[in-house]
Amino acid sequence: MKNGDIIGTPVSRKEGRSKITGQARYVDDMALPGMLYGATVRSGIPRGKINRITFGPGIDWHEFAIVTARDIPGKNCISLIEDDQPCLADGTVNHPEEPILLLAHRDRGLLSQAVRAVSVEYDPLPAIFTLEESERLSEIIWGSDNTFKTILIEKGDVDRVWEQADHIVEGEYRTGAQEQLYIETQGAIAAFDTDGRLTVWGSLQCPYYVHHALKKLCGMPADQVRVVQMETGGAFGGKEEYPSMIAAHAALLALKSGKPVKIIYDRMEDMAATTKRHPSRTRHRTAVAKDGKILGGEIEFTIDGGAYETLSPVVLSRGAIHAAGPYYWPSVRVRAKAVATNAPPHGAFRGFGAPQSLFGLERHMDRIAEVLGLSPIEIRRRNFLQPGQTMTTGQRVEEEIDLGKLLDKAVELSDYQAKKQKFTGENQGQDCRKGIGIAAFLHGAGFTGAGERHLGSVAGLEVTAEGTPRVLVSSTEFGQGTETVLCQIAAEALGLKYEDVGFAQPDTAVVPNSGPTVASRTVMVVGRLLEWAARDIRRKLTSCGLLGEGYSPEEFRTACRAYAAEHGPLRSLAQYQPPDDLVWDEENYRGAAYAAYAWAVYVAQVTVDLATYSVSVDDFVALQEVGRVVNPVLAKGQILGGVAQAIGFTLFEKVIWEKGRMQNSQMTNYIMPTSADLPPIRVYFEELANDYGAHGAKGIGELPMDGPAPAILNAVQDALGVPFDSIPLLPEDISEALSAGAAKRSLTSPAKVGP
Amino acid sequence: MSDCPQGRSKCEMALRVNGERIVVRAYPMDRLLDVLRGELGLTGTKEGCGEGECGACSVLLDGTLVNSCLIPVLQAQDAEIRTIEGLRSDSRFQELQEAFLELGAAQCGICTPGMLLAAFHLLTKKPQPTIEEIREGLAGNLCRCTGYQQIVEAVAEAAWRGTAV
Amino acid sequence: MRAHPGDYELVAPGTLPAVLSLLAQEPGGWLPIAGGTDVMVQYAAGELPARKLVSIWNLPELRRIEVLPNEIQIGAGCTYTDLREHEVVSREFALLPIAASWTGGIANQNRGTIGGNIVNASPAGDSLPALMAYEAELILVSIRGERRVPYTSFHIDYRKTRLAPAELVRAVCLERRFSEYQGYARKVGPRRAQAISKVCLAALARLGDGVVEDIRIAMGSVAPVPLRLRETERIVRGQRIDPPLVQLARRTAAAETRPIDDIRSTARYRAAVGGNLVAEFLGRLSAGKIKG
Ligand SMILES: Cc1cc2nc3c(=O)[nH]c(=O)nc-3n(C[C@H](O)[C@H](O)[C@H](O)COP(=O)(O)OP(=O)(O)OC[C@H]3O[C@@H](n4cnc5c(N)ncnc54)[C@H](O)[C@@H]3O)c2cc1C
Ligand code: FES
Ligand code: FES
Repeated sequence: MKNGDIIGTPVSRKEGRSKITGQARYVDDMALPGMLYGATVRSGIPRGKINRITFGPGIDWHEFAIVTARDIPGKNCISLIEDDQPCLADGTVNHPEEPILLLAHRDRGLLSQAVRAVSVEYDPLPAIFTLEESERLSEIIWGSDNTFKTILIEKGDVDRVWEQADHIVEGEYRTGAQEQLYIETQGAIAAFDTDGRLTVWGSLQCPYYVHHALKKLCGMPADQVRVVQMETGGAFGGKEEYPSMIAAHAALLALKSGKPVKIIYDRMEDMAATTKRHPSRTRHRTAVAKDGKILGGEIEFTIDGGAYETLSPVVLSRGAIHAAGPYYWPSVRVRAKAVATNAPPHGAFRGFGAPQSLFGLERHMDRIAEVLGLSPIEIRRRNFLQPGQTMTTGQRVEEEIDLGKLLDKAVELSDYQAKKQKFTGENQGQDCRKGIGIAAFLHGAGFTGAGERHLGSVAGLEVTAEGTPRVLVSSTEFGQGTETVLCQIAAEALGLKYEDVGFAQPDTAVVPNSGPTVASRTVMVVGRLLEWAARDIRRKLTSCGLLGEGYSPEEFRTACRAYAAEHGPLRSLAQYQPPDDLVWDEENYRGAAYAAYAWAVYVAQVTVDLATYSVSVDDFVALQEVGRVVNPVLAKGQILGGVAQAIGFTLFEKVIWEKGRMQNSQMTNYIMPTSADLPPIRVYFEELANDYGAHGAKGIGELPMDGPAPAILNAVQDALGVPFDSIPLLPEDISEALSAGAAKRSLTSPAKVGP
Repeated sequence: MSDCPQGRSKCEMALRVNGERIVVRAYPMDRLLDVLRGELGLTGTKEGCGEGECGACSVLLDGTLVNSCLIPVLQAQDAEIRTIEGLRSDSRFQELQEAFLELGAAQCGICTPGMLLAAFHLLTKKPQPTIEEIREGLAGNLCRCTGYQQIVEAVAEAAWRGTAV
Repeated sequence: MRAHPGDYELVAPGTLPAVLSLLAQEPGGWLPIAGGTDVMVQYAAGELPARKLVSIWNLPELRRIEVLPNEIQIGAGCTYTDLREHEVVSREFALLPIAASWTGGIANQNRGTIGGNIVNASPAGDSLPALMAYEAELILVSIRGERRVPYTSFHIDYRKTRLAPAELVRAVCLERRFSEYQGYARKVGPRRAQAISKVCLAALARLGDGVVEDIRIAMGSVAPVPLRLRETERIVRGQRIDPPLVQLARRTAAAETRPIDDIRSTARYRAAVGGNLVAEFLGRLSAGKIKG
């Protein structure tokens, strides 16, 4: 097959057939002989000291395997960035879903009664639940100041811009927690073999994260621990870190009982106990010139990390870097902070901090436009980053991106101008008001800063004895199309057909550590490594004269077999080499924050029904520049799914908290959109090659989460003339605002005009 | 009268699953979902919520779409039960499956069996549904990955191919 | 968390007399389960207090719709799908199939029954306002025989009804006399499908010469029981609809509701929307925008 035939082609999903026939094997579809089922006893109070644990009457406790913190052979932690999160509470609890004790039994049905029969007595301690309470330090619940991490990004001298400003515009914006709500709940099976080797099968994103956590927990060497990813029914970041916890619990129960143990969370437990998107607050103070140019600004970005550090520092980092958006800021100061509260730890969720800070920014841009009397289009156009300019971290825009053109195209595709005019003319006196709103944004692909350098990912290819190449990566498939796209890239690089290339099940005993499957890094970073590995394989075959320049798949297979016969298995692994021009100073947050950026302009059209105060999205245009699109159907699917989740984030999905505990942990009460709630979403790609990724591909998975929320809220303001700065925006909020006569309040009141 | 006099203990129940008569030992209040997955190994039927919200556990009972997580197995005794495994050889079902594959309607795949059954049920009742009817017909099946659009397109495509044949 | 199936008893006697005699042997001892779409949800959450269940699903005596000259009798075991697909119900009692079309997804409509909706007695039950508006009667049956009770007084308090232990709802009777009425129904939930109502309205009115001769406004989710808005009806009856009347009705309706704050919505929102829906109904009525 010629080069260029596979990349950009909508080949169907590698594992697609197994999914449409119901044959795909998820962890709950698997059973081992003699297997027990595990369950977790959780704290139920937000903070306190454990006094006593008692096992109630009416249960034959001898039949149960029971595990407490004392049964942990290694270190009692779920090791990630810091080792602060215990695997099982030992003496104190810091959130209401903290695991304290584990139970296992052959009969799954007996577990819930048993869990209820365990009672834990506490000395309760005062707890804190909001960002503000945490900042006030009324209670210190973590470290010395409730702060997991602070970040300062400074560019230019922002203290001097205020006096030059024609206008100073301020605003505060908030986003709520969001549940990933993958349809397959979390679960794992753990078993020890007769040699004491531990294997865990799970629904997970990052086999080597789990591997790392298990080694530390069990005090076992790397080769004694094996982690296998089963088909994974959705993840969205929610299966980045938490699977280490379930795997650890299953492993401890398996160790104690000497039997394989399966833990599958039911929906309520999954929603209540596992991670959610960090709630956030973004404050802007921006100096603007008469012509609409941003002179500089201060941005304060704060996120609620929950009770333990987990991934909060890196979520914060991405959020802070994205806080300035796709605009040129001559000077800026971003102060970011992740604080602790007595809620279950918040964690990774598609976008990883960026949707939060970009929501603030893109609402703020509309506010600036309003103060200046400019259109939302114009304010953005006048401030867009240009090639050669520097971003907040000092990174130069090297790509030949023309954001003005992207904006023009989105305006045209959405018929923005005509609609805006029409709605303004027709809304008066109507029971349903229409509005249109826009958001422009960017998303950095790959790990932030020096993350990729530290990871040093390895990925590769091997050729089986029959001459079939297989992709060897720990990158996992959970719906986004990893398997398919990496096979496309490998096939292209090997000069073979897509069908000729296989994908090894991610299993730490078989595949190298190609890093976690997060951060929209898979195609760009891991795909690139596969290209190198493929080239190496071709080189090996040609250099020993087994293969010529052009070859058929059959000739390739023959050559591989011949090679294997002479030299043993044909295998090539490539390791990430940081490009020389990507330098990052972690200390000062200066340098190349990301190797590449995807750029986008989204336009939302809404109707607000004044009888019910509900917002419906009527039309949605998603235009993005993501580099080379490797598989158009899959890429489009990523955008569609991301926009749908983001519409949920904006208008439907509210976590109701009561003392750190989710009150609506059921699908009936935590509302995600159904097929009847979503508009047609129109997806468009612009392609602009990038030098770093495979075939110039950049990340795509997280981008669509960033833009819809501000675009929709901008549209709501367009429809009602009332600004809303907090999501989720529910009908109840609109009803309150309208009845409070907010409509009459001056629209520019939140902004100070000066100096 | 049920042949399960003492409801509290496990008893034998005869089911008709995918055209086959099968005797299972179960509690009358066992959920049909658990019997299909556990006793019969028909793991193509999934559990997403256990409360009737998500449709991942959809099966056909006498040709009607139901959520098997809400059905005590005793109530399924006299019905003809069809799961995704039993529809494999139905050519209209295959058409739907192919459209799902080609048009990207399955991402993580966990909602897919239920979604396919709901779509199949819809097309059985309404061979040429409008887009709105598809969206309504599938509204009991939650999908977190796709945003539904490619699913709706696949169902429309299968409907169209169905008549073209 | 999930309950243990072995802790529960479930029997399926198969006929109505057999079920009734079982219920009579131990009044209150057996919980009927029809489509199970409420019972099984409670069971799954480990919150079902009853330990003994008797299946009434698909009992032939409960699953038929009888069309008589003056009334229609809908068996309590009819599903939402049965209602949506029935010609006479759709033609003469359109509010009911509309409510049925709102009830969960298709799978739920294939199992959920009207009898279950009535006896489950959630204030958010979507078919209940329609039954209020049509002033339905219920046929209750026990081993001792049948009795008819007006539906409007069936619900006593939050989840409390006039159903006696050992009694079943056999059928819902609707008088066939609404051909001159115009109906309006709207559900407001957190999303368009598969949603528990925050407010739902079913309303009927008959106009003569532009004057409202008769009007029935019923609402769900705004009180412990499904509510008839009698006061609002009173101020509208006999009047011509004009903007001041619409505003007055909006305020009266909002004041007449008795909603609460819960995890699904707020009392203020429910009252405001309740008022708005009434205004919307009257507005459409006067503009001739609804058909009978
Ligand atoms: C996913 C989902 C979505 C839903 N959406 C909606 C919705 O949008 N709107 C809505 O109103 N409801 C909704 N429901 C609730 C439910 O579907 C309805 O209340 C349905 O009508 C219940 O009927 P059933 O036959 O399933 O009742 P069951 O669960 O079988 O029984 C409910 C109660 O009624 C009693 N009962 C049933 N039939 C009789 C009878 N003939 N005589 C005496 N007692 C009887 C039972 O003993 C039990 O107490 C939803 C449920 C689910 C699971
Ligand atoms: S598992 Fe049955 S509907 Fe979700
Ligand atoms: S494909 Fe993942 S939930 Fe539908």
